[in-house]
Amino acid sequence: MSEFIQYTLQGLAAGGFYALSALGLAVIFGVLGVVNFSHGACYMLGAVLSAVLLAELNVGFWAALVIVPILMFGFGVLMERLLVRWLLELDPLYNFLLTFGLTLVIVEAVKQRYGVSGLPYQVPAGLGGQVSVGSVNLSVYAIFACLFSVVVCVAVGLLLTKTRIGMIVRAATEAPDRTRALGINVGLWVTPVFGFGIALAGLAGVLAAPTRAITAEMGSNFIIILFAVVVIGGLGSILGAVVAGFLVGLVEAYGIAYAPTYAQIVIFVLMALVVLVRPSGLFGREEVA
Amino acid sequence: MSEQMTAKVDVDLAQPSILSRRNPLRYVMLLAGLAVLVMLPYWIYPPVAMDILCWGLFAISVDLLLGFTGLLSFGHAAFWGGSAYCTGLIATHWGVPFPVAVIGGAVFAMLIAWPIGYLSVRRTGIYFAMVTLAFAQMLYFIANQARDLTGGENGLQGIPRNFFGIELVETDPFYFYYVGAAMILVGILVAWRVVNSPFGRVLTAVRDNPARARALGYDVERYKITVFIISAGLAGLAGGVFAVSHQFASLQELMWTTSGKVVLITVLGGIGTLWGGLVGAGVVVTLEDYLASSGFEGIGLITGTIFVVIVLLFRHGIWGTARNVLRRYVLERRGRRRD
Repeated sequence: MSEFIQYTLQGLAAGGFYALSALGLAVIFGVLGVVNFSHGACYMLGAVLSAVLLAELNVGFWAALVIVPILMFGFGVLMERLLVRWLLELDPLYNFLLTFGLTLVIVEAVKQRYGVSGLPYQVPAGLGGQVSVGSVNLSVYAIFACLFSVVVCVAVGLLLTKTRIGMIVRAATEAPDRTRALGINVGLWVTPVFGFGIALAGLAGVLAAPTRAITAEMGSNFIIILFAVVVIGGLGSILGAVVAGFLVGLVEAYGIAYAPTYAQIVIFVLMALVVLVRPSGLFGREEVA
Repeated sequence: MSEQMTAKVDVDLAQPSILSRRNPLRYVMLLAGLAVLVMLPYWIYPPVAMDILCWGLFAISVDLLLGFTGLLSFGHAAFWGGSAYCTGLIATHWGVPFPVAVIGGAVFAMLIAWPIGYLSVRRTGIYFAMVTLAFAQMLYFIANQARDLTGGENGLQGIPRNFFGIELVETDPFYFYYVGAAMILVGILVAWRVVNSPFGRVLTAVRDNPARARALGYDVERYKITVFIISAGLAGLAGGVFAVSHQFASLQELMWTTSGKVVLITVLGGIGTLWGGLVGAGVVVTLEDYLASSGFEGIGLITGTIFVVIVLLFRHGIWGTARNVLRRYVLERRGRRRD
C-alpha cells in the first residue's frame, strides 16, 4: 500500500509537468489554431535555462521559477512575431511543420552548446529529503511539484474564467470575428497568448529540472506523450488538457512500477482506446468534419 | 480544419497535366528520368544512390497521403522501420532472396497499417498527424523492448543480401543498385497508377471536399484507410530495400525524426507532385552525405533551417515551382499562338 501511494505521488508529480505543458499547448491551440511541435523543446529549454542560470549566474531554483518563464515568454513572443505569424492564415499543418523544423534547430543547438550528457541540477534546499506519513515515505520535492502545478493550473483556470482578460481570450477563441466586431483587437492578443503558452512549457521545464536528467533530448519523448495527452483530453479543452495530463502521469508511473516493460506503451494504448471510443477526446467537443 | 493543406497553396492539382499525352516533351522527360536512374551510380557512390531512391519512394508514399488525400501522416517511420526490421528478420532466418524478404516486409507494414489507419482516420487534419505520430512512437517502444527479436539498441546487424546466388549483386553495391532500383521503380509505378486511376480521383475528392464525397455515396473512411495501407506498403517497400542495402536495421528507422525527415523531403520536393519526392530525396540525401563526410556534426541545424525556410517561403517545393513555371510558359505560348 505504501508503495502504491509513492507511485501515485510520483505519477501526480510527472502529471504536473504534462498538465502544465498541455495547458500551454491547449491555450495556444485555442487562440491561434496552432499545434506547437516545439513545445517539448521549450520544456527542455526551460530546464536547460534553469541549469545554466544556476551554473553561470548562481541563480537558484526559486528565482529560476520566476525568471525562466519570463525569458520563455520573450522567446515565445519572438517566435510568434518572426515565424508563426506568417503562416496563421494557412492550414494549421504548416505551422506544425514550421515548429517541427524549429524543434530540430533548438535541440541541435543545445546539443552543440551543452553536449549530450546531462547538466547538473540539485533539488533546492528545503525541498530535499523525504517526509514520513505513517509508514509511507514521500519525497518532499514530488509533493511540492505536484501541488505547485495544481496551483498554477487552477490559477490559469481562474484567469481564463473569472477575469476580463480571460473573457477576451475565450471570446477570441470561440468567435474571433464577433469579438473583433465588439471592438477588441484580436490580433493584439495573439502574441502574448502564444508567449504565455511557451512560458508554461518553460515553467514545466524548471519544475522538472531537479528530478529529471537535463539533456537536449529530454523534450523529444515528452512532446509525443504530450500529443497523446491532448488527444486523450481533447485539444480544444483546457480542463481536458489538465485532467489528461495528470491521468497520463499516473498511468505512466503505475506502468513503470508494475509493468516496466510496457510502461511507455500503456499510454499509447490508452490513447488508442480514447480515439476508438470517443474520437474527440474525453473533454473535447465534437469535431466539425 | 476542413480546408486541406494543398487547397490553400493553390497548387491546382486536380487539373490534368499541362502536357497532353501526345506532347513529345512528356516522353523526353520520362526518358531523361529513366536515364538519370540508370546513370546515377556512375555519378555518385552507389549506396548513396540507393538511399536517394529509397527515401524518394518513402516520400512518394507520404505524398500519396498528404498531396492526394490531404492527410499528413507524421508516423510513417512505423512502416519504413517496421518493414526494415521484418525484412531483416526474414532474410536472416529464412535465407530467402532479398526481394522476397522485402515483399514480406512491405506486407508486414501493410498489416500494421490496417489497425493504425483504422484508428487514425477517425481524426482529421492536425489530429491525424498527432495520432499517427503517437502510434509510430508506440511501435518504437515495442521494438526497443523486444530485444530478443530486434536487437534493441544494437539493431539488426548483418542482414544477408541473398540474390539467387548471383554474386555480383550480393557483394557489389553497384550491381545491387540496379536490382534495388527495379523494386523501387515498381513502387513508384504503383503510386503513379493509384493517383491516375478512378480510385485516385475519389481520393482527390475526399481531400478537397469530404462532405460532398460522402454525399455522393463514397465511404470516405474506407477510401482513407485503403490509401493509408497502400501508402504504408510503399513505405515498407522502400524501408525494406533500405535495410538490405545497408544490411542493417536500427531503432533510428522507427524514430519520429525519420517521420519528420520524410515529410521534409516531401514538402521540399513539392506536395502533391509525386515525382517531387525523388527530387527532394536527391537534395536531402546528398546534402546529408556531404555534411557527414565533411565532418559537420549539427545536421539537425541545417535540416531544421531548411524546413523552416521552405515552409515559410517555398511551399510549392522544387517540383511544384518548376511545374508552375512550365505551366506559365506553355500557357503563354498558347496565348501567343492564338493571337
